[in-house]
Amino acid sequence: MSTGIDHDVDRPQAPVVPLGTPCQIPPGAPSNVVPPPGEDLITVNFGPNHPSTHGVLRLIVTLDGEVVVGLDADIGYVHTGFEKNFEQKTYWKGIPYAPRMDYLGFFANELAYVGAVEQLIGLQVPPRAQWLRTLFAELNRIHSHLIYLGTSGIELGAMSLFFYCTRERDSVLDLFEMVTGVRMHDRYPQFGGVAEDLPKGFYAECKRFCREMPKHIDSYLDLTAENPIWKGRLQGIGTIPAETAIAMGLTGPNLRASGVPYDLRRNDPYLAYDQLDFDVVSAAEGDCYARYLCRTREMYESVRIIEQCLEGMPQGPVMADDRKYVLPPRAELQTSMESLIHHFKLVTEGFRTPAGQVYCAVESPRGEFGCYLVADGSPKPWRVHFRAPSFVSLEATAMCSVNRYIADMIAVVGSLDGVMGEADR
Amino acid sequence: MTANQLARAISSHVRGAVVSHSKGIDMPTVVVRSDKLLDVCRYLRDEQGKNFLSAVSAVDFLGYGENVSGYFGTERGRDLNATGTWGSPATVEAPAKRFCVTYHLAHVDADGAPPDRVRLQVFADDGESVPSVVEIWPTADWHEREQYDLMGIVFSGHPNLKRLIMPSDWDGHPLRKDYPIGGEPVQFTDAE
Repeated sequence: MSTGIDHDVDRPQAPVVPLGTPCQIPPGAPSNVVPPPGEDLITVNFGPNHPSTHGVLRLIVTLDGEVVVGLDADIGYVHTGFEKNFEQKTYWKGIPYAPRMDYLGFFANELAYVGAVEQLIGLQVPPRAQWLRTLFAELNRIHSHLIYLGTSGIELGAMSLFFYCTRERDSVLDLFEMVTGVRMHDRYPQFGGVAEDLPKGFYAECKRFCREMPKHIDSYLDLTAENPIWKGRLQGIGTIPAETAIAMGLTGPNLRASGVPYDLRRNDPYLAYDQLDFDVVSAAEGDCYARYLCRTREMYESVRIIEQCLEGMPQGPVMADDRKYVLPPRAELQTSMESLIHHFKLVTEGFRTPAGQVYCAVESPRGEFGCYLVADGSPKPWRVHFRAPSFVSLEATAMCSVNRYIADMIAVVGSLDGVMGEADR
Repeated sequence: MTANQLARAISSHVRGAVVSHSKGIDMPTVVVRSDKLLDVCRYLRDEQGKNFLSAVSAVDFLGYGENVSGYFGTERGRDLNATGTWGSPATVEAPAKRFCVTYHLAHVDADGAPPDRVRLQVFADDGESVPSVVEIWPTADWHEREQYDLMGIVFSGHPNLKRLIMPSDWDGHPLRKDYPIGGEPVQFTDAE
């Protein structure tokens, strides 16, 4: 049956830049590539509900044939008003909101918020709590990178990888469940320390996980690293040079894959990272493949850190002993009137802070996650603003995808690893 | 570099730019005049190595300090050091202008140097615009659009200043303190 379209006509298509061409920051607004004037261009609305946009990202793509010549990203589809919500809640009640932004790297969000408040009120966290936080931050990093690997595999057509990654992700979440009682969004770090100490049996389970996880990472690398299709889809795509990456504000694996081994765990150590031995994984190429390798290899380092945490963790309390800010132990509520009063006051009214402003940044699985907090001295924060690494990485989508095929755009969006919950907040 | 040294360095290169400076809880904080902002930013990036902009955050100070002097519901100005009140140092004063735009700057390089963070602030009244720093740190593009969208700060010179998070035809700026937090009419898009 004839469709009336003559397929034999040779239509000139926009030139495709060769593989490995370094990205240039577009003139004007860097997140928006304005298409050149042309006749055969079509504008396609890609998302927000599309299986390969990593959540609800909407890309307004202008195509010349199969080549992306213009791109504007639109976010905000899961904007929930987290920052406004924080302003209505006492500091304690803000903690459960934090992990729901970046729902894959949830622990880092809690750390940033809790860290900012602790810095503001000058609360000292006992060493054991610092080590416990480090341990779970790294478990969470593995969790997040597994989801990255699995979902970006699906976007590239590698279905089975996702099942393997989900299997290991479940064992990470099992460990979270043992300690915190829930699998995600745990509210485990609290002002002054962590909610509870490790339960019996955790040590053995976590040891077993550390023994097995490197073998699993080996198998992911066996499946993908030398796979010709995988390499063909990722190598030379979306190459970001180091200066461009810094200028665009990229952090975390996206920056490290561009040859800048900048890691807040090493450059600005917090928690117990200055006492731990680990390597900052980086790569020189700056393309999607380098970002993939960085994330995957980082999981080895996270396992190393977890092992060291299990071995070297000091004994002692897991919560600061400052009753003006810290909830009293549960058992005391039965016997001590003062504890009951403190508990009641902290829960109903909250605690007061000095007026001031503070910025606390942690290395989340996606990069620098920062919490900027302005306090007026009342029990509620005046303003909380989060510096979300996904928000910043998604700005680079246009720059990385332009003048390549539309299929490469999928690889780019996957490799930048944005989480829309965090970008939109 | 301490806040003092930083403020002196900025003033010696951009005359009359620094309004005030403080040590800050976490990092040196310098408040600059908004018409000198671009010169200060350029100086910090090129001479002080602050090549990395972490975030642009806007704060609305409408009503700041009016409800912080005691327990919930007590009047303003209650002595915080009096018996029975939890001790915050003093009642806070609202700044002279309503909005504050904060830039968190850092130094990023491949040599493992610490970020060496600096906080730069600009105050602006409602309707007053703040110069856009997109040409200095391209990453500011979305940061400024977000603050424009949610806080209503106009960044003059921004190449593509339009709403980013809220729908393009949204009314109002949700993070402002006078934006209602309940009972507001539901806004539908494309209602016909």
